[in-house]
Parts: sequence; C-alpha cells; structure tokens
Amino acid sequence: MKLRAAIASIVLLVSITACGNSQDGGSGPVTLRMTTWSANEAHVKLFTEIAAEYTQAHPDVTIKFDALPVDTYTTTLTTQIAGGNAPDLAWILEGAAPDFVSSGALAPVDDAIENPAELAPSATALWKQDGKLIAYPFSTSPFGVFVNTDLLTQAGQTLPTGDDWTWDNAVAVAAATAARTGKQGLVPRDFDYKDWTNLAPIFDGWGAQAWSADGKTCGFDQQPMIDAMTFIHQAIFSKKAIPGPGVAADFFAGESAMTITQISRASLLKDGKFKWALVPLPAGPKGKYSVIGQGGVGVMKQGKHVDAAKDFLKFFTGDANSAKLAQFFPPPRTPQLTADTLAKSNPLLSKEQLQSVVIDGISNGVVKPSHADNAQISQAVRSALDPMWKDGADVPAVLKSVCTAIQPVLAK
Amino acid sequence: MTSAIKRQDRLTAYAFIAPQLAGTVAFVLIPLVLVFWYSLHEWNVLANTFTFTGADNYRQLADDPNVPKVLLATLFFSAGLVVVNLSLALLLAVLLNQKLRGTTVFRVMFFSPVVVSLVAWTIVWRFMLQDNGGINAFLNAVGLDGPNWLRSGGTAMAAVIVVQVLKNVGLNMVLFLAALQGVPPELYEAARTDGANAWTVFRRITLPLISPTILLTSIITVVGSLQVFAQIAVLTEGGPGTSTTVLVYYLYQQAFQFHAFGYGATLSVLLFLIVLALTVFQWQLRKRWVFHES
Repeated sequence: MKLRAAIASIVLLVSITACGNSQDGGSGPVTLRMTTWSANEAHVKLFTEIAAEYTQAHPDVTIKFDALPVDTYTTTLTTQIAGGNAPDLAWILEGAAPDFVSSGALAPVDDAIENPAELAPSATALWKQDGKLIAYPFSTSPFGVFVNTDLLTQAGQTLPTGDDWTWDNAVAVAAATAARTGKQGLVPRDFDYKDWTNLAPIFDGWGAQAWSADGKTCGFDQQPMIDAMTFIHQAIFSKKAIPGPGVAADFFAGESAMTITQISRASLLKDGKFKWALVPLPAGPKGKYSVIGQGGVGVMKQGKHVDAAKDFLKFFTGDANSAKLAQFFPPPRTPQLTADTLAKSNPLLSKEQLQSVVIDGISNGVVKPSHADNAQISQAVRSALDPMWKDGADVPAVLKSVCTAIQPVLAK
Repeated sequence: MTSAIKRQDRLTAYAFIAPQLAGTVAFVLIPLVLVFWYSLHEWNVLANTFTFTGADNYRQLADDPNVPKVLLATLFFSAGLVVVNLSLALLLAVLLNQKLRGTTVFRVMFFSPVVVSLVAWTIVWRFMLQDNGGINAFLNAVGLDGPNWLRSGGTAMAAVIVVQVLKNVGLNMVLFLAALQGVPPELYEAARTDGANAWTVFRRITLPLISPTILLTSIITVVGSLQVFAQIAVLTEGGPGTSTTVLVYYLYQQAFQFHAFGYGATLSVLLFLIVLALTVFQWQLRKRWVFHES
C-alpha cells in the first residue's frame, strides 16, 4: 500500500513537471528574450520602440526585454542558463566578458553585424576570439569625473583646469570641500570597498595594472600599484578626501563634491538640483590617460532561436539604431563618434564635454581589468584588500598578500 | 466490511499527505540525490559541459585552503548564535513568566521581529551598523567612538550574530515560556517548603522539566544557524577578508558566482553531512539529559 501511494505521488509529480516541458517548434511565432541590466525607464522605452519597429517587419517575432538587477546580473544569468532557461540574447558586463567569450557560450556574430569595418578596434578587443566577433560592444563608456560645482563654490574652491587637473589637486579640492561643507569629497562610484575594479580609473594613472596583459602575472605588488594604492589610502585616511569604508554618499543626490563614474550616468542628473561639470580623469604621474567600461550584447548558443536572435541583433545594432542608442550608450561605430553626432542625442552634455571625455576617452582608453576567472579572482582580491581599508595599514604588505592569494589562479 | 472501511481510511490519509509528500520528493529528496550526482562532475554552465570526474571534487575539497577557514567561521557563528540565543531566550522567558503588569507588552515586543521579513530586518540593521549609521551616531552622542562594525574582523561576526539573535530570540522565548508554564506549581511549593533557594529550584526543577524544549530549541537553532545566508549576503558579503564566510555562503560563491556547480554540490554534500551528524548527535544525547525520555 505504501509503495503504491509513493508511486502514485511520483506519477503525479512527473505529470506536473512534464507540463512545463513543451518547447517552441522550429517554425511559427517566435519570442526572443534579451536580458539587460537596465530598468531605466528611458532605456526601456527606446528598446521597446526598436523592437516594435522590428516586429512590424517580422510579425511572427516578439521581443521581450528582461531587466535583471546589475549587482547580481551575471549570477542570475548563469543560474538561468544552468536551469535550462537561457535567454536568446544577453548583455554581458565587461568583467564577465573573457569568461563568456572563451567558454563558447555565445554564437559568433560576424555575420550579424552591419558594416563591421566601422567598429573601433579598441572597442572590440575584449569581445573577439580567434579573429571572430563573439559579442557586439554596444556600450563603450569612458570614466570621467562629475563635479558638484555648487558645493565647490560654497567651500570657496575652484575646479583646477588644464595642466593643474591632476590627482593631487583633485584630492586637495575634494578634501577642502568635504571639510568646509560637511558633505563628502570624492566618491569612486560603485566601489564601496568591494568592487575594487572601480579603482582602476585612479590606479591606471600611475600605470598600475592588476595583472599582466596575458593575465598570468599579478601586478598588485609592483611599484606603480604600491604608489597608486598608497595615494588612495592617504586620500581616504589622512586627507579625508574619499569617504571611508561603510560611509554612504550619493553624488547624484548632492551628497559629495565629486564622483568618478561612466558618462552613461549623466541621465541621473536630468532633474539635477545643483550645478555640475563633467571633466576627464585627472592626470596621474604617468600623464593623461583614460579608462573605459564596456557592455556587450551576444547571442546565447543555448537559446532556442539562435538564427532569429542573430537577425534581431543585426537590426538592434545597425547604423540607424546604433545612432539612437548613442544617447545612452556610446557606440563602437567610428563614424558616429563625433561630437556633432553625439550632441544630437546627448542634450545634457556639451560638445566640449563629449569631445574631451567620450571621444578622446574611447580612442585612448584602457578597458577596466577583467580575466577568464574573473569572479573568483575579483573575490580573492577583494578579501585580500580588506586589511588595507583601515588607518595605519601596511599598504605594500597587503598588496603582496593580494598576489599570494591570486597568483595560483592567474597561473592556471 | 471492516477491511473495506480501513482501506478507505488509508486512502484518505494518503490523499491528505500526498501534496506534502510530493513537495518533499520534488524539492528535498530528488535534489538531494542530484546533488550527490553533481558532486561527481565538473559542470561548466557557460560551456555547457558536464563531465564525470569521479572523486576530483572531493580531493579539491580536502586541498582547498579556504575550507578550514570557512568551517571555523561556521563553527564560530553557530556556537555564538546558539549560546547567545538560547541563554537570552531562557532569561527573557523566566523574566516574562512573572505575574507582573506589562509583561504582555514585552512579550509582543520581543516576539515581533520573528514576523518581520528577514531581508528587510537585515537591511535596516545594515544601515544602523554602517560607520556613519544609527548606532555609532548614538555612541557619538554619549561621547563614545564606535568601531566600524561590519568592516573590522573582530566586530563583523559579532554583529551578524547579534542581528540574527535579535531576529529570532522571540521564537525560542515563546517556546520556553510555554514550557515554563507547563511546570506544575506544586513542585515549586514542595521545594520551597524543603528550604530550596531560587537557584536550586531553577536548577533542580525548572531546568529538568523544560529539558525537552531545550533540546528542541537547540536543534532548531543549530540547524538554522548552519543555513544562515541572507544575513551574510546583505551585511558583510563574507568579509572583511573571509571572516564571515560561512559554509552556505562559500558554496553559493563557488556555484553561483564562480560557476563551479560541481564543486558547489560537493560543498552541499559536506553541509548535509554536518547537519545530519549534528542532528543524530543531539538526538542521541537526549537520552542522557532530557528528563522525560529516561
């Protein structure tokens, strides 16, 4: 009797699971799902418009945009893939790019890109494998410094310009403004003493590298990194220019004098309650430089409609739509990278700001650090860096311990 | 006839437990077997490969330099939680078992966090515990300089334990209260007549009579402490360093952040064995110290 009941329950269960198992056939109506990390209303509106236009020409195709939270984006995406629910198209964060590009999770998209010759080589470098384009870098967004000029004025400070725009002066102004206004000074956005890759816009100014170009050798214990991290440590703990660990301050809510972030954040200043400026990263000991963050979009091999997804990708990233997307995401297409073109779709930024931060930034920029074992290495670096975030820490010793922690993984 | 009725009864009983059984089979038993199976494989989700590797993951487990640290953090968390939670719950229950005015208000006050959403509770505490948060502002006001609770190795684990104790102490308190009220008053009277002082009464009468509840609450608390995840994810993300990386959080990192699902499954097997061993151990122990069972 017990056995029969047990079998009955299992049969019941199997029949329930079987219901959810039906797959879309090869032909007939197709629904494509694209995962993104932006639920920003203006972004979603534009995506939906582009999708509607595509559906007009392809009535049997529906496009669904699935916005996932950015801080757990890659984890959620991977879990969906593991659960057999891979999206057809997915945005990929630059940190996860090497992992996605090298694993074979994405279908090559060379035949799904309009005028591929237009793409800037610095923009596609991260997204290529064996000469094939694995994902399209729809957003190549340089880091700049947003400045709350109202707060500076209130503190009797002026923003250094030209050759005076150096890290030393930036930190001095930030510290003075923080001291006189009771607000915070300079916030490396999204760093929060966890995502150390958001310190790259500072340490690159010292020529410091997290690891060598081939990804095999740790760079944290090298002199440029020691100098850069010592500078950052002093800016936090002696000069009080950067808010300490556990202190929350949002530049866009007027809580700090400056923030280092990507220009795509300018949309947060739409109804700004203060006067602001956008300037390139200050010069470091190695002179002028720029750092870019990227987002790619790829076609998942494990998705159900690879060909249909490629066709939509071609439409989504073609010249016309690339120009529309440029108002939020600086495009990789060189003909569109002119101050005039970008100004049309970026009403918040002046032509001068677009030229100095965006266009010059993309052509000279170094991409933020990433690695094939990115999540594991980033976590190990984060843990090993933790002892540095207190007053009086031995910076070179901590950096040495970072290399001890990650060298075995790098050398793999 | 009788057997037909019995049969009918049995079927009805099975029909009633079928939904629960189906849930247990689908979400506990099948995953349990699958986890063992996965732990023998290297599963790369992105490359869509699933390769049998035998005991490789278990060898990796034995060699993983992080595992001792993680187990130590887990032990520290569980021991701290159980000791603080049970003693505080018992103390509160004894205090609130008095026939005084206002005890109901206090009972409600201590129990209410139990019904608050865990994540909401933890997020509020994160704001309170950050360097410029509520707790340090209060300490500042009375002339003290509070530490950076969630960022220093010494205080981060203590903070996580306290946040978790305050969340759940009410549940154990209510269980203890019910047990205390089940102790027959005549035993207390007899003891007092014999000249026993308050401490002797508590140790010789109260404790033995509520020992089944102590066993129950300690099992619930120990097993619960091994499952702690949201609190760590929200408050410290396992830091600073790896000081608050407990086993569940470590297996989450391996499986979902580093995409090592096979190794993550191996860590779940380890967790399963630890929980199983602890439960069996406590169950055996009951014969020695639980009053009703002897």
